[in-house]
Amino acid sequence: MQYLAEGLRLPTNGLDYAILAIYFAVVLGIGFAARRSVKTSLDFFLSGRSLPAWVTGLAFVAANLGATEILGMAATGAQYGVAVVHWYWIGAIPAMVFLGLVMMPFYYGSKVRSVPEFLLQRFDKSAHLLSSILFAFASILIAGVNLYALSIVVEALLGWPQWVSIVVAGFFVLAYITIGGLSSAIYNEVLQFFVILAALIPLTLLGLKRVGGWDGLTDSLTKQYGDNFLSAWGGTGIGDANPLGANWLTIVLGLGFVLSFGYWTTNFAEVQRALSAKNLSAAKRTPLIAAFPKIFIVFIVMIPGLVAAVLVPKIGTAGSDLTYNDAIPLLMQELLPNGVLGIAVTGLLAAFMAGMAANVSSFNTVFTADIWAKYVVKDREDTYYLKFGRLITAIGVVASIGTAFLASSFSNIMGYLQTLFSFFNVPMFVVFIIGMFWKRASMKSGVWGLLAGTSAAMINYFVIYKQGIIDIPSDQGANFVSAIVGFVAGALVMVLVTLFTAPKPEAELAGLVYGTTSPGMQEAPEEGDSAWYRRPALLGWGAIVLAAACYIPYSF
Amino acid sequence: MSDLQREVSELESKSATAARLFDIRRIIGGLFVVYGVIVTIAGISPSDADLKKAEGVHINLWTGLAMLALGLFFLVWLKLRPTAPPTPGDVQE
Repeated sequence: MQYLAEGLRLPTNGLDYAILAIYFAVVLGIGFAARRSVKTSLDFFLSGRSLPAWVTGLAFVAANLGATEILGMAATGAQYGVAVVHWYWIGAIPAMVFLGLVMMPFYYGSKVRSVPEFLLQRFDKSAHLLSSILFAFASILIAGVNLYALSIVVEALLGWPQWVSIVVAGFFVLAYITIGGLSSAIYNEVLQFFVILAALIPLTLLGLKRVGGWDGLTDSLTKQYGDNFLSAWGGTGIGDANPLGANWLTIVLGLGFVLSFGYWTTNFAEVQRALSAKNLSAAKRTPLIAAFPKIFIVFIVMIPGLVAAVLVPKIGTAGSDLTYNDAIPLLMQELLPNGVLGIAVTGLLAAFMAGMAANVSSFNTVFTADIWAKYVVKDREDTYYLKFGRLITAIGVVASIGTAFLASSFSNIMGYLQTLFSFFNVPMFVVFIIGMFWKRASMKSGVWGLLAGTSAAMINYFVIYKQGIIDIPSDQGANFVSAIVGFVAGALVMVLVTLFTAPKPEAELAGLVYGTTSPGMQEAPEEGDSAWYRRPALLGWGAIVLAAACYIPYSF
Repeated sequence: MSDLQREVSELESKSATAARLFDIRRIIGGLFVVYGVIVTIAGISPSDADLKKAEGVHINLWTGLAMLALGLFFLVWLKLRPTAPPTPGDVQE
């Protein structure tokens, strides 16, 4: 660890630190400037449902573009090659489009303030309480993962002791969310989105130049790792061996369908951004606008990963001091002069903070609106819940500092996150999809579906895979399979329970189930929403076609 | 209308975000103009070592100019399409 820290130290100077300091000042400034817009708890937790679509859309993609994602996906690129595109083109776009076109009318139209609150409306209190607690727990855990990852990266790059970066980053996140609420979190995410682009685009271009352009890159990689390294689907036939440890079926069903839909459509840290949009049209467009940058972001994380695999042929193996996660920091050190280097460091730190802030700002909403206000201190005036929301934000940040150390046992940070998602989000998705499309699904089926799906995925991963009862070549492959198992188990149990328990009265399902509309939906569309480039169907199908087209050069 | 919808609608009518929240385009524009200027200046006469490191590309200059352009784009957009004035009845300061 010590050697690594020395090896990756960046040659930062005063210029770079000035750029970083300006950013931190702006982050706090946004928090203070947003403060005067926070009058009700709805302002604090959902920006008063009043933001324009381009802001919520960019925040939607940025909330996912945390530094763990950036470093983790570059790592996946260095380790598995072009196959990393699956996490974007099949593992994100279809789910984002589905969320926008199909699910958003129910989410936004029913006026729920959180994902668990939808379950309360559609099913019953037990499903609601279980999902609220699971979500609160998971978001603190993931915020902790971010904070821990930040501290090891900052220690390696800048030489700050781990506790310093944990305290500094924790303090800034705590300050700007406690003061400015979700508006402050979302605005910072939009800003972070542009800074991270300004960091990764020069890095990608210089990296390509270093290895002789795209042709030079592909030549070296083919020589080193074979043709399949540069193909999305090569070697993914059932029974074939490939480094990903997954075949096309588990990629399509496990990653593309279950994991991805579970993450993008029911993870409140994402959905919250859409719920803060100013009207239904803007809410529908939120994930659709996000889909377009998402399609192309893969290039600026995958290429640095591939370049690192060329520059350090032994990266990630026992013969090298560098792990896969070091791909981007390595290129920053090798290629960026002071100035752009400061932008890159700022972008990375901003991404870490935004990744953590997205989880904290969704945690405080669920904890206040879904747990505290519904089960602990009920029916108080709104100012009380606003105050409590600020308090629990601070507590949440402190708690995530505590959980930061849980993250240290997995070498690939992304694998750790995916494992968590497969356990928590997969059953959520089953319950949502069945609840939204099957009117008969009974009140009790929600909670049993959640329990069955979560336990099945855990048993598959920790017992059947980890104990070697069935042979899956890699953790990633096992994640995909566990997700499918959790989905099927959750669905089966829901159907079984429904057959023996009472359905929800039809009158209470208005606006929650496919084929019904919410009584509050007749709000007039805003002027200009009918412009052709704002039509959700066009945006959604456009994103799907574009993502499919992107596969073509990497499939043959 | 359910209790939830009544509660959220009431909160929406009292919400101050739409009327009082500043426009993020001003912040993005401002920050990127400042960053653009700083990085462009750093890139005007790069040292040989910096040039060699960046594969002979004037990377600070190009990145700086691109960031400056992005910043100006946001400021111009804000100028041309300012935030819609709040509807009557909203809190104004």
